Amino acid sequence: MVAQENVYNIILAGVGGQGILFAARVLGTAALKKGFDVKVSEVHGMAQRGGSVVSYVRFGRQVFAPVVEKGCCDLLVAFEELEGLRWVDHLRAGGRVILNRQRIDPMPVISGKAEYPEEIPEIIRLQAGSGELVDLNALAIAEECGSLRTVNTVLLGLAARFLPVEEEVWLEALAEVAPARMLEMNRQAFLRGYRYPAPASQW
Amino acid sequence: MKELMLGNEAIARGAYEAGVTVATAYPGTPSTEITETISRYEEIYCEWAPNEKVALEVAAGAAVGGARAICAMKHVGLNVAADPLFTLSYTGINGGLVIVVADDPGMHSSQNEQDSRYYALAAKLPMLEPADAQECRDYILAAFALSEEFDTPVLVRLSTRVAHTRGVVETGERQAVPLRDYLKDIGKYVMMPAMARKRHEVVEERMARLVEAVNTGAYLPAGVRLNRVEAGDGKTAVISSGIAYQYAREVFGEVSYLKLGMVHPLPEKLLAGFTRDREKVYVIEEGGAFFETQIKALGIKVTGKEVLPATGELLPGLLREKIFGHSAGDNVEETKAGTGEAEVAIPPRPPVLCPGCPHRGVFYVLKKLGLTVMGDIGCYTLGALPPTGALDTCVCMGASIGMLHGMEKARGPEFAKKAVAVIGDSTFIHSGITGLVDLVYNKGHGTVIILDNNTTGMTGHQHHPGTGFDLRGEPTNRLDLVQVAKAVGVRRVQVIDPFALAELEKAVKEEVAAEEPSVIIARRPCVLLDRGKTRDLVRVDEEKCTFCRRCLAVGCPAVVVKRAPGEKKGRIVIDETLCTGCMLCVQLCPFGAIERVER
Ligand SMILES: Cc1ncc(C[n+]2csc(CCOP(=O)(O)OP(=O)(O)O)c2C)c(N)n1
Repeated sequence: MVAQENVYNIILAGVGGQGILFAARVLGTAALKKGFDVKVSEVHGMAQRGGSVVSYVRFGRQVFAPVVEKGCCDLLVAFEELEGLRWVDHLRAGGRVILNRQRIDPMPVISGKAEYPEEIPEIIRLQAGSGELVDLNALAIAEECGSLRTVNTVLLGLAARFLPVEEEVWLEALAEVAPARMLEMNRQAFLRGYRYPAPASQW
Repeated sequence: MKELMLGNEAIARGAYEAGVTVATAYPGTPSTEITETISRYEEIYCEWAPNEKVALEVAAGAAVGGARAICAMKHVGLNVAADPLFTLSYTGINGGLVIVVADDPGMHSSQNEQDSRYYALAAKLPMLEPADAQECRDYILAAFALSEEFDTPVLVRLSTRVAHTRGVVETGERQAVPLRDYLKDIGKYVMMPAMARKRHEVVEERMARLVEAVNTGAYLPAGVRLNRVEAGDGKTAVISSGIAYQYAREVFGEVSYLKLGMVHPLPEKLLAGFTRDREKVYVIEEGGAFFETQIKALGIKVTGKEVLPATGELLPGLLREKIFGHSAGDNVEETKAGTGEAEVAIPPRPPVLCPGCPHRGVFYVLKKLGLTVMGDIGCYTLGALPPTGALDTCVCMGASIGMLHGMEKARGPEFAKKAVAVIGDSTFIHSGITGLVDLVYNKGHGTVIILDNNTTGMTGHQHHPGTGFDLRGEPTNRLDLVQVAKAVGVRRVQVIDPFALAELEKAVKEEVAAEEPSVIIARRPCVLLDRGKTRDLVRVDEEKCTFCRRCLAVGCPAVVVKRAPGEKKGRIVIDETLCTGCMLCVQLCPFGAIERVER
């Protein structure tokens, strides 16, 4: 039994400061422009002090709960490897993972109390089962776009092409959410992600 | 126009459209964005009050003065504001008064998960509970209408998932609401016993009238029905409200629903009619058995907390499992079948004090000196976690000072030489000052360390009376903490830079030893406010480093242990992308192996 049919379930997972809330807002805004009902859940407060951050984006004809249930996620966008591993159990059969090949050590690893798991992409690939994994070094692309801080927009761009929203609509949504002086850089970053050579959409 | 808004932004929008002219608050997750958003509407006067009690009193004054006023706080803030709340129920209002209280089930960023609905019951006040952003906007309009129609403050309850979820909101225009006349009326506003007895009668009568009228009455905004029946299969029925209703819709599908928009008082007749001839009636609520207890008292048979948890968030997956015994995912088995989740240890990612945080040095020193530390609430509560692990207690805002004093009274004055209280600047002003008054008045000897980072850090950097700026960033009087401590009667007051570890340690030793009350103000702005300033970096000289790991004692995310696979001894490296040049680790290294380098 799937939670709600005709609702698209996205999870954005990463670390405080990676710009997840921005990406989630653009996703939500684009879906709204397409006439979908949308819910975007955010994390504020305590969780932002270097902790794990997750945002759920759900859109469709009518959306009730703002959270994505285990086994129902269509698209997991992991901004960081460990956070991808943490959330992969939420994927549905045939779901897709976008994995940024970035590693940010959590405090227990920094202080030598815990090990950062090796070969996370392989584990994710196995755990995702029939799903599909697209991994990329979004940080390197962001740097080429002029700022490491656009890593979120690069990932957003890649996520966007697996979603039923056209390029113009994405760019409109981006223009609405991004601050004007950052827009051009963000557009570039978005398009780099959008055109990243990865398997075509099956939507 | 349709917009994507956070629940909290929609509350602010509702207040704007309702013609509110005065808004007050003290910040607290998940309520803070309400007032921050309101501050962008120029038509509304708004302020951060020093605490929630004052915030509510200011809003009450504005309402009695004839304006529409709104006051927002987190759930525990309502404990602080409970005193005016209970008696405002008796006095009623003049212009509309709405109090928004944001609960935090699951404790995303709170010290408890109390269920504010019980305040509505206890204070005999109507309470509305929106389930999404659109209802946040709509219910604020309804709340002001109810408030004025029934001469009562109205509570609006949110939970984290409603407050912090963006949804689609259809907005409207701002209503022009004229200031009402203020007429002196001591029978209504002066709550001495003789007057209050009469007003209590009024309260009881009002609640009875209100429940009948909840869905009728031209005063309600067009299209808003607070209590709503959604017909379904007829056999199974669900009674719910707020976010729990959304979860129920997700899990139960097309059954019949009674969605309660007004969670207090409950519509008894509607409940009786709705539950008649059902095979099964579920009450789905997060938190306490608030509806369930009252509905059972009406003699209606329902299923609720015997299958649902009373703790934590009631997420849809959990609800589905408790009711139907299985999960929604068709992939859950498959993912587990992969390498097996259990075999990969996934290290947690707890929140930490930021690199360059001025609190860090204080906790290092307190731990080094082995002191008992009565803690308080703020970013600095993170000092309780390893490796600093310096806090002994954290109960509620302001508690550190009173608890330090109480410990001393229990264990004797010698204990005061081995203990301190630590409290943030915003928290000290919120409710620490009265604790300090008590400590001095009742001849304690305690040492209070005020962590003065010149902001309310935890909730996202709001101004407070000690920063010298108001909610909109306009300059104003700056409360002088040194003068406050002296005025209270503390003679020993020191101001120290918390990055200067040796001085700080000396000051703490002196003050705990002193046989009288003392205050140390550890003063340095929050590093996040200081960002952009270029500072020097530090680097590890591998020749000199013996891997003694003393530098790890401050728990800085920029001081990293690197180990090649299979290697036992590691190396210390500084993550230059994170280092802010606070120089704490430099001061900790006995070998001079960590050096300042110019950026
Ligand atoms: C009664 C109450 N109101 C609000 C909050 C939310 N809250 C937690 S800590 C805090 C203030 C933190 O500021 P400060 O004391 O200056 O410490 P900092 O976070 O800056 O270190 C607030 C507003 C709360 N926990 N309890």
